[in-house]
Amino acid sequence: MIPGTFDYHRPKSVSEAVALLADLGEDARPLAGGHSLIPMMKLRLAVPRALVDLAAIADLRGVRRAGTDIVIGATTTIAELIASAELAVALPIIRETALVIADPQVRARGTIGGNVANGDPGNDLPALMQCLGASYQIAGHAGTREIAARAFYQGAYFTALAPGEVLTGIRIAPPPAGHGWAYEKLKRKVGDYATAAAALVLTMRGGQVASAAIGLTNVGDTPLFAEDAARILTGSALDKATVDRAVAAAEAITSPASDGRGPAEYRTKMAGVMLRRALVRAAARATH
Amino acid sequence: MNEMTPPTAAERTDKLQGMGCRRKRVEDVRFTQGRGNYVDDLKLPGMLYGDFVRSSYGHARIKSIDTSKAKAVPGVVAVLTAADLAPLKLHWMPTLAGDVQMVLADGKVLFQNQEIAFVVANDRYVAADAAELVEVEYEELPPLVDPFKAMAPDAPVLREDLAGKTSGAHGPRKHHNHIFEWTVGDREATDLAFRDAEVTIKEMLSYQRVHPSPLETCQCVASFDKIKGELTLWGTFQAPHVVRTVAAILSGIPEHKIHVIAPDIGGGFGNKVGVYPGYVCSVVASIVTGKPVKWVEDRIENLSATAFARDYHMTTEIAATKDGKVTGLRVHVLADHGAFDACADPSKWPAGFFNIVTGSYDFPTAHCSVDGVYTNKAPGGVAYRCSFRVTEAAYCIERGMDILAQKLGMDPAELRLKNFVRREQFPYQSALGWEYDSGDYHTALRQGMEKVGYTALRAEQKAKQEAFRRGETREIMGVGVCFFTEIVGAGPSKNCDILGIAMFDSCEIRIHPTGAAIARMGTKSQGQGHETTYAQIIASEIGIPADDIMVEEGNTDTAPYGLGTYGSRSTPVAGAAIATAARKIKAKAQMIAAYLLEVHHDDVEFDIDRFRVKGLPEKFKTMKEISWAAYNAVPPGLEPGLEAVSYYDPPNMTYPFGAYICVMDIDVDTGVCKVRRFYALDDCGTRINPMIIEGQVHGGLTEAFAIAMGQEIAYDEIGNVKGASLMDFFLPTAVETPKWETDFTVTPSPHHPIGAKGVGESPNVGGVPAFSNAVNDAFAFLGNTHIQMPHDAWRVWQAGQKLGV
Ligand SMILES: Cc1cc2nc3c(=O)[nH]c(=O)nc-3n(C[C@H](O)[C@H](O)[C@H](O)COP(=O)(O)OP(=O)(O)OC[C@H]3O[C@@H](n4cnc5c(N)ncnc54)[C@H](O)[C@@H]3O)c2cc1C
Repeated sequence: MIPGTFDYHRPKSVSEAVALLADLGEDARPLAGGHSLIPMMKLRLAVPRALVDLAAIADLRGVRRAGTDIVIGATTTIAELIASAELAVALPIIRETALVIADPQVRARGTIGGNVANGDPGNDLPALMQCLGASYQIAGHAGTREIAARAFYQGAYFTALAPGEVLTGIRIAPPPAGHGWAYEKLKRKVGDYATAAAALVLTMRGGQVASAAIGLTNVGDTPLFAEDAARILTGSALDKATVDRAVAAAEAITSPASDGRGPAEYRTKMAGVMLRRALVRAAARATH
Repeated sequence: MNEMTPPTAAERTDKLQGMGCRRKRVEDVRFTQGRGNYVDDLKLPGMLYGDFVRSSYGHARIKSIDTSKAKAVPGVVAVLTAADLAPLKLHWMPTLAGDVQMVLADGKVLFQNQEIAFVVANDRYVAADAAELVEVEYEELPPLVDPFKAMAPDAPVLREDLAGKTSGAHGPRKHHNHIFEWTVGDREATDLAFRDAEVTIKEMLSYQRVHPSPLETCQCVASFDKIKGELTLWGTFQAPHVVRTVAAILSGIPEHKIHVIAPDIGGGFGNKVGVYPGYVCSVVASIVTGKPVKWVEDRIENLSATAFARDYHMTTEIAATKDGKVTGLRVHVLADHGAFDACADPSKWPAGFFNIVTGSYDFPTAHCSVDGVYTNKAPGGVAYRCSFRVTEAAYCIERGMDILAQKLGMDPAELRLKNFVRREQFPYQSALGWEYDSGDYHTALRQGMEKVGYTALRAEQKAKQEAFRRGETREIMGVGVCFFTEIVGAGPSKNCDILGIAMFDSCEIRIHPTGAAIARMGTKSQGQGHETTYAQIIASEIGIPADDIMVEEGNTDTAPYGLGTYGSRSTPVAGAAIATAARKIKAKAQMIAAYLLEVHHDDVEFDIDRFRVKGLPEKFKTMKEISWAAYNAVPPGLEPGLEAVSYYDPPNMTYPFGAYICVMDIDVDTGVCKVRRFYALDDCGTRINPMIIEGQVHGGLTEAFAIAMGQEIAYDEIGNVKGASLMDFFLPTAVETPKWETDFTVTPSPHHPIGAKGVGESPNVGGVPAFSNAVNDAFAFLGNTHIQMPHDAWRVWQAGQKLGV
C-alpha cells in the first residue's frame, strides 16, 4: 500500500499544465482529487512517473452559467456539487447523485473531472452525464475540443481523452423546468460503488412521457446510455406493459462483471429494478 | 452536607466507583485525544523497516528467488529468505496447534500472499520499492481450494514436509491432507436415539471463512542489543507472556533477557493471539543488523495472510419426539484450516470447545466429530471475538433448532423453552462433557419475548405473509430467535494449557503509603477497558477509590505471568486473580486495623472503605490510614508493606448466556435486508461496569451483523484470495449499523470469587445466529429450510429466486 516513486508538479494554469504533460510524455498523469488515482498507485496498479496536480488552477473550479447552459469546472469537488444552489435548482439530479457517491471525506476531495475522466465504470457521474447529454471540454497541446459524454467512453479506464489532454469543464443544457428526475443506486454500504444504478430524466405532457433519457452505472465496461429503453417509454403513460418492455430493453444492453457485489445475472436484474424505481420517483416529480 | 456530617454509607460507596458503577473509561482520555501509544507510534534511533515479498500463487513450487536487484537498491540493508533463516532453524516455526508453519517459503508456497522474502531497509518506502524487485520464479501446482475435495484420493499433496506421517499432534491422519479427527460423545447411544426418533432433521450448515478487522493491524518492533544479549519486542500481542516464552524457545535467547511489551492495542478479536512470520523475521533482522526493525502489515496483508476465523462446515442432525422434545444431536464438522494448522486453541482442544454444541438444551445424548483438513488458504482458525469455536457451535445448534421447529410446525421460541436446561438442573452435566455452572434460561427468554412483544410480531409477520401472497407487497419479514450458552474463561489446569503452560491468570497489587495503588495483570486489554473495570473490582474489594488505582498490563518485565486476553477469559480468570489478590491485602489490612484500634482482629469488620470495631461503628480505620500504617506501624511479627500476588487456576469455565431477538425486513426484489429491531439480553453474572458491558455488546453485535450479513474471505477456484480489502470485506459504517437494545438478567457464577462470567464475546456468539435465523425465518413460509451465510443482498435475492418469489 505504498506507491512507487514519482515526481510532482503543480502548474498555475491550464496552458502550463498542458505544456507540462506534453513535455513529460505518456508516463505523466493529471492529478485531481486523487481518490481514484492514489489508491491505484498504492496498489501499484498505476505507476505514473509524474503527477501534474490541477489543484492550483483557479479557472478549473466552480459552477457557472454560459448562456442557458451550465458549465462545471473540472476540479469542482463532489461536495461543491452538493452545495451548489445553482445546480440544486437547474439540475437537482446532480445533487441527488453526488449524495450517494462514496462518503463525505471522499466527496470533499474527489472532483467531477476526475470522476468522469477516470473511465471507471463504477463511477456514478459518467452515466449521469450521458443521461443529461453533457459534453466535455478538453484542452490539449493542439488546442481545445468538446466531446459528448455519450461518445467519450470506450472501455474500462479507456476513454476518448488522448494522453496529454486535460478535461477543463463539463457543459450541460439543463432539462426544462418541471422535469422529473431520479438517480437510483443499489450499493452494499456507504462508500461502495454501485451494484447497479440508473439515472433518469423525463418530461411529461398530458400524462404521457414526452422525453426520457436513461444512463446506467456499473453494469458494463462503460457507463451505458439506454436509448432503446428511453424510446419505448416515450409517448407512453408508463403503463406496466411498457415499463416492463423498457426495463427488458435496458437489461439487454448490460454486461456486468461478476464480483463481490454479485453475479452478472443479479446485477443485470438490479439495473432493471433501479430503472423501475427511478421511473416511479421521476414520474412523481415531473410537474407537467 | 455540613462539613462535619460524616459521609453516609451510600456516599462512601459512590466515591469508590466500584463494581456496578457506570464508571467512564479511563483509557478513553488518551484514546479520544489521539494520545494512545501504539506500536507504530514507536520510533527508535536507527530503526529499520521490513516489508514482505508475498506469493502470487495459491500453490506453487519456488524454482528460484533472485534478491540481487533488491539488495542493490540504496538503503536496503538485508533481504531474508528461507535460506537465510535455515541455519538458525527459523525458516519453520511451531504453531499453537502442534503443527509447524513456514516462516518464509521453503521450496513451495501454499497460499496466496504467503511470505517469501523479508526486505529490510532504512526507509519504509525503500523497503516497498525493493520488495517489488525481488524476482521469484514459480512453477504452478494444482491448487486445492474446496475443503470437501481435500481428502479425495487424487487430491494434490499440499504438505510435502509431512510425507509418511500417519499421525499428527492430535492422533491418526487419514489422508495426506488430513490434520486430525476429534470425536466426543456417545456414538452408539446417539445412533440409537436417531434410529428410534419420531422426527429428525439434517442440514449442512456452513460458517464461512471470515477475518477479524481490528482498526490496528498486526505489527511489531524488534530490538536486539548485542552487548547485553537482550531482545526487546514491542508488538500487538494479546498474550505477551506466551510470546516471550515462545520467543525464548525459538531463538535460544534466555527468557529473562527477552522483554516483550504490548503497548496500547487497537483491537484484537483473536487476530493478535498467534505468532506470525513478521515477528520472527523482525527479530532475526534485528539480530542480523544490530538495529531495531519495525514491521507493520497493511490491511490487505492483514486480511489475506494473518489468522482467519471459522471456515467450519457442520452437518447437523437433531432427533426429537413429535411433540418437540430433543432426544439426540449428531454433528460432523469439516474444518478448513488452510495451509498450516495454526489454530489458536488450548493445546488439547484441536476443535476448541466446539462440544458446547448442545447449547442451552437438555440433550440426553449427543455425538460430535470434527475432521480438520489442509487447503491452499491462509492458516489460522482463531476465535474471532469468541471462545474457541464457540461461535461455530452456537450457530450450528441455533440454526438447527430453528430448522427442527419448522419441521415440527412449532414456534422456534416455544421449542427452545420446551428443551432448555432447567434452573434446578445446574450444575448441569452436558452430553458432550461440560459442567454448566449456572443458568436461568427460561426467565431470560421469557423476559426477551415480553420486551419485544413476540406474539404481536408473529401476528404481524403472518399478516405480511398473506399480503405478500396476495401480491400487495414485495417485502417479507423475519423474526430471528437465538438463545446461546457460551463457555468462556479458559481455563482449569486440568484440561487447559497453551504449549504446556496451564491457563491460569494473575494479578499483583501494591498499595502505596498514601493509599493509592498499582495493579498489574497477565492479561492485555485491546479495547476492553481493563484499566477501568479491573480497578473497580479492587475498589470494591479493598475500599480504595478506583481513581486511585493504576492498572498496568502488557510489559512482561513488570506484570506477573499470565496467558493473555482472548476467549472472554480476562474477567473469569484474571478478574478472579484480582479479587483473590485483593482479599489477601484485605486480610493483612484487617490485622493492621485491629492493631491500630487495639482490638483482636476477629473484632473488626470491613465496611466499604474501612475496618471498624464490631458494634462500635464510630471506631474505625480507613483504608487510607491502614495503608500509611502498613509502612510504619505493622503489628509485631508482620512484614511491612501492603501488597499481594495471586495466580488463579479456575475450578471451572463460566457459562454466560443470553436471549437475542432480531426483526428483519427483506426486499425480495433486491435481496436487501434491513434490521428493524435487535434486542439483546445478556446474563454475564455479576455486572462490574454496565456501561462497558453495553459497549461490548454494541461492538460485538456490530461484528456479528457484519459476519452474518456480508463478511467473507473467499477464494476463487485457482486459489486467489478475493475481497481481502475493505472495499469488499464488509465493515459496516454507522449508517448500516442497526440500533441495539440491550437488557440483562443476573445469574452469578457460583465458583467465581465475584460471580462474574465475561461478556465481551457473547454478542458475536449470539448475534450471528440471530441475524441468520431472521433471514431464514423470513423465507420459511415459502418452503425455505436453510440459506447459507453471508446474507448479502445478492445471495438473499438468489435464495428468493430459487423459492420462486
Ligand atoms: C472509498 C472510495 C469510494 C468511492 N466511491 C465512489 C462512488 O460510490 N461513486 C463514484 O462515482 N466514485 C466513487 N469514488 C471515486 C471518487 O469519486 C473519485 O474521487 C473520483 O472518481 C475521481 O476523482 P478525483 O478528483 O479523485 O480524481 P483523481 O483520482 O485525481 O484522478 C482520476 C483519474 O482521472 C484523471 N484526471 C483527473 N482529473 C482530470 C482532468 N481534469 N483531466 C484529465 N484527466 C483527469 C487522472 O489522471 C486519473 O487517471 C470512490 C473513491 C473512494 C476512495
